Amino acid sequence: MMSMSNHLWFLIPEAILLVGVVFTAITGLVRSVSVRQLAPAVAAVFVVASGVASVFVFAPDRLDTSAFLMPALGRWVGVITAGIGLILIIASVGRVDRRLEQSVAAGRLRFDPLRSSRGEYYAFMLLSLAGLMLVCTANDLIWLFLALELTSLPTYVLVAMSRTNRLAQEAAMKYFFLGAMSAAIFLYGFALLYAATGTIEFDGMRAALKAQAAEGELGALAIGGLLLSLFGIGYKLAAAPLHLYAADVYEGASAPVTAFLGFVPKAAGTLAIMVLLVATGLDELMALLPYPILIMLWVVAVLTMTLGNIGALLQRSVKRMLAYSSIAHSGYILIGIIAGPGLGYSAVLFYLLAYGIGNTAAFSVLSGLERRGEELTTLEDLAGLRQRHPVMAAVLAISSGSLLGFPPLLGFWGKLLLFIAGIQTGHLVLVVIAAVNSAISGWYYLKLVAVPIMAAPTARSESVERGPSNWPRLAGIVMVVATLVLPVFLGWLVAESNDSARTSQAVMADQLQSETEDNSGRLARLSALETALQGPAQR
Amino acid sequence: MIWGWILLLLPIAGALGVVGSSARAAKSVALLTTLATFGVSIAAAIEFKVWGSGDFGLVSSIPWLSEVGINLSIGADSVAMMLVLLTTLLMPLAVLGSWTAVSERLKEYYGWLLLIEAAMIGVFLARDLVFFYICFEFTLVPMYFLIAIYGGSGRARACIKFFLYTFTGSLIALVGFLYVAWCYAESTGTWDFEIATLCTFAATELSLGQQLWVLVALVIGFAVKIPLFPVHTWLPLAHTEAPTAGSVILAGVLLKLGTYGIFRFVLPMTPDAVVEWAPILGILAIIGILYAGLICWVQTDVKKLVAYSSVSHLGFCVLGLFALNPLGLQGAVLYMINHGLSTGALFFLVGMMYERYHTRDMNSIGGLAKRMPIWAFFMVFFVLASVGLPGLNGFVSEFLCLIGTFAAGESGSYPGVLGPWFAAFAALGMIVAAMYLLIMVGKIVFGALKEPVNEDHHDLPADLSPREIIVLAPLAVLCVLLGIQPGIAMDAMDGSINETLAVYPDIVKGAIQQVTDAGSTVLRGGMNQ
Repeated sequence: MMSMSNHLWFLIPEAILLVGVVFTAITGLVRSVSVRQLAPAVAAVFVVASGVASVFVFAPDRLDTSAFLMPALGRWVGVITAGIGLILIIASVGRVDRRLEQSVAAGRLRFDPLRSSRGEYYAFMLLSLAGLMLVCTANDLIWLFLALELTSLPTYVLVAMSRTNRLAQEAAMKYFFLGAMSAAIFLYGFALLYAATGTIEFDGMRAALKAQAAEGELGALAIGGLLLSLFGIGYKLAAAPLHLYAADVYEGASAPVTAFLGFVPKAAGTLAIMVLLVATGLDELMALLPYPILIMLWVVAVLTMTLGNIGALLQRSVKRMLAYSSIAHSGYILIGIIAGPGLGYSAVLFYLLAYGIGNTAAFSVLSGLERRGEELTTLEDLAGLRQRHPVMAAVLAISSGSLLGFPPLLGFWGKLLLFIAGIQTGHLVLVVIAAVNSAISGWYYLKLVAVPIMAAPTARSESVERGPSNWPRLAGIVMVVATLVLPVFLGWLVAESNDSARTSQAVMADQLQSETEDNSGRLARLSALETALQGPAQR
Repeated sequence: MIWGWILLLLPIAGALGVVGSSARAAKSVALLTTLATFGVSIAAAIEFKVWGSGDFGLVSSIPWLSEVGINLSIGADSVAMMLVLLTTLLMPLAVLGSWTAVSERLKEYYGWLLLIEAAMIGVFLARDLVFFYICFEFTLVPMYFLIAIYGGSGRARACIKFFLYTFTGSLIALVGFLYVAWCYAESTGTWDFEIATLCTFAATELSLGQQLWVLVALVIGFAVKIPLFPVHTWLPLAHTEAPTAGSVILAGVLLKLGTYGIFRFVLPMTPDAVVEWAPILGILAIIGILYAGLICWVQTDVKKLVAYSSVSHLGFCVLGLFALNPLGLQGAVLYMINHGLSTGALFFLVGMMYERYHTRDMNSIGGLAKRMPIWAFFMVFFVLASVGLPGLNGFVSEFLCLIGTFAAGESGSYPGVLGPWFAAFAALGMIVAAMYLLIMVGKIVFGALKEPVNEDHHDLPADLSPREIIVLAPLAVLCVLLGIQPGIAMDAMDGSINETLAVYPDIVKGAIQQVTDAGSTVLRGGMNQ
């Protein structure tokens, strides 16, 4: 148990974001246009501040006092949330409140705070980002649930307010109702876990479940609870079979919001699954998933990547295609989850970064361009993009390459680490399936490269113009530069993600080991590892 | 050693230079860069010093992702060094060869050419598996764009097929590599992606079953590149649609990445499995030789014919590799180089013809010897080199491959698992090759002059310009040189080949022994009843 004051220390980044929410919302309502337009800048400042804060808050000398399941997780997540969150904010500039501002500028309307949604838009983004960060500091089920919901609830509103057409409203309704249903499912799972262990504290749960496991195997209540929880949280990842909303919702929302949906809830869901699995007694020392959970995750992973990729093959709308591709990426991420703590979780963290960057870059292109004031939708809109917007065509090509996992871009390293983690834990078949899936995804990612660069411009694509602001395009360029440059610092990145993925048990075990270089202890650990590694292989 | 890094970085710097320069200066910058790279490769070859031994020269390493043993380490043995030389030689010629053929989007074109040069050099210099894989994969991107932007009318389909085939293949190979690396980590406790370490480990520690899986994964990856029957179907399309320089690079170097992969990885990593599977792969190679040869016979498109002839020719190379004796391997490595020279030249020649007449149809063109005597001379020369006329380079390597295959029987100091039957069927391929190539020559070079009307006439002379002669002459000289003095190259690669083959005789003998034992048990069993 950690003291409340201690816990508060680790909440400084989130607190900064919440203060930012207030300031951003107010800034968006100011009558002066020039101040009003600063809302995204205010949001950006607070996001950056929270990212910087999380580096200091999770400084190594502080971690001993944290008592989190994964002590350093917050640092990695805080930094990438802030980094990608910043880009997502930048990618939205110029889109929000566009009609209203045009009318005001033309003198047709007076500015009416009630009709403006600029402030709320960025404020909701910050709230959702705060939810994502909070997942990492969860140490009981209620906290985890609230963090997940804090991530999701603002996104429902974001989808609805992102565009003024009916598609967006439909998308928001679907997203909300299905989201509520999934929340109900995993909340029920949490309840069962409570029933099985008699506590909502992760430490207590962990001890209780370890005791159960030591007696034989986990009880049906625990297994059932875990199954339902993972299944429900799978909605946040758009994991099959709860993936069906993704295409419609992504299509309905505006491009920057879609980029947001593609990263933030997905990251939150992934982290929640990691935290939950660690909380149920899974760590580097006993990396053995109970059979039913393993089978479920395995089936979900295979279904998710296969359905995602096949779905993406069939799309003509770029956003739907990217939506399905993001489903497929959830499938790859699940390989790391199955591989478990250690290399697996480290690979997941790395992959989230790589995927987030690639995905945001691709959507920034869609956000930075428009056709007669509307977003680009079909592939034909992109035909011959190179001739008039060469940089955007290059951004789209490189980000697709990274999402495809083409060396030497960042996405390749993400996939490589996931594959290594998968093979290391004996899931060779899963990795082969993922490799085949990557090959399938080549087909549609190649379209995103080929159509803008090679195809002849059509009447539709001739009328593609720059969007209202330069910022989204800048966001895309920054992200693409990141996919090119970050691989140079690979050693450092992987070391960081390894550190962040370590569970407290592993850290403790390491400390013990360094204190007493006890050979028998090492042997026990080795043999535990050995059985852990052989177990899944034999299945 | 600094030479290796210069070799790698110079083309990349050149590519940046091309992008930064004006469109008019692009080709000059590209030509200078490729020439400089060639110069550096010569200097590196002189500095190399380990010719003939099995050692690695130009060795250098920069730590990258040391946690999992991934480093930027480079170095080359003599075989790799020769292929580097082939690459750096072909590149300036490819740039010169595109001088007039490409007229739009010049900066991109030459930028991609230089990037692909860097990637190919990287493949041959890599001593780290992941670095190898990165370069191996990256060769796809420039080639994809070269075909997709500068290709013929069917380019859209060709480049996608090319990309997807090779991408899928190499992903499967990647899984195989990772499996080996994991097995290594499992038994030693640390990750390491150094190629030599993994090869030794896999060859000695992995069981036959494990090796078989690794072999299958790697062969799928490399067979697509070679290309081996039945995954060759991307090649004719890609070759036909690619611009001339693209075809030359594709035939000259990219296809060799597959055979080089087999030489560098499959043979040293999975010896037990190779002995088991060599006959199957040999049969696939022979099917490729004969089947592609027969397809060539009925082609009317000259470029397609040369493309299919590559499939047929590389079959010999694969046979030589799986003969598992020094003769076969020497033949195979020589074949890689010779095929690069002669088929590269043939693609240049076809391109030069196409530039003048805008057709490659054998039926609408004929008797060009009367109009373009110099072109005709080179055409006949390189066809003969390709067919295997004694005295020219093709003969030596083809003959060595066949002898190697023939000698790969159960006896001798290097017993093998192929043998006379394989050689006999493959030799049929030589006859077919002579047939289709000579028919082609007969149709377009000799006979009555038939010239299609070409509306938009380039300001090209009727016969070859000095620039075009400069492109072809070095290749012709090397063809003659390697034809009469193949010993230079063969001596140089002796060490590497012997090193690769060192483990094989025992394994093959063991395998043969097992088969005979099993056979005699069965026989005895039968007699007892």
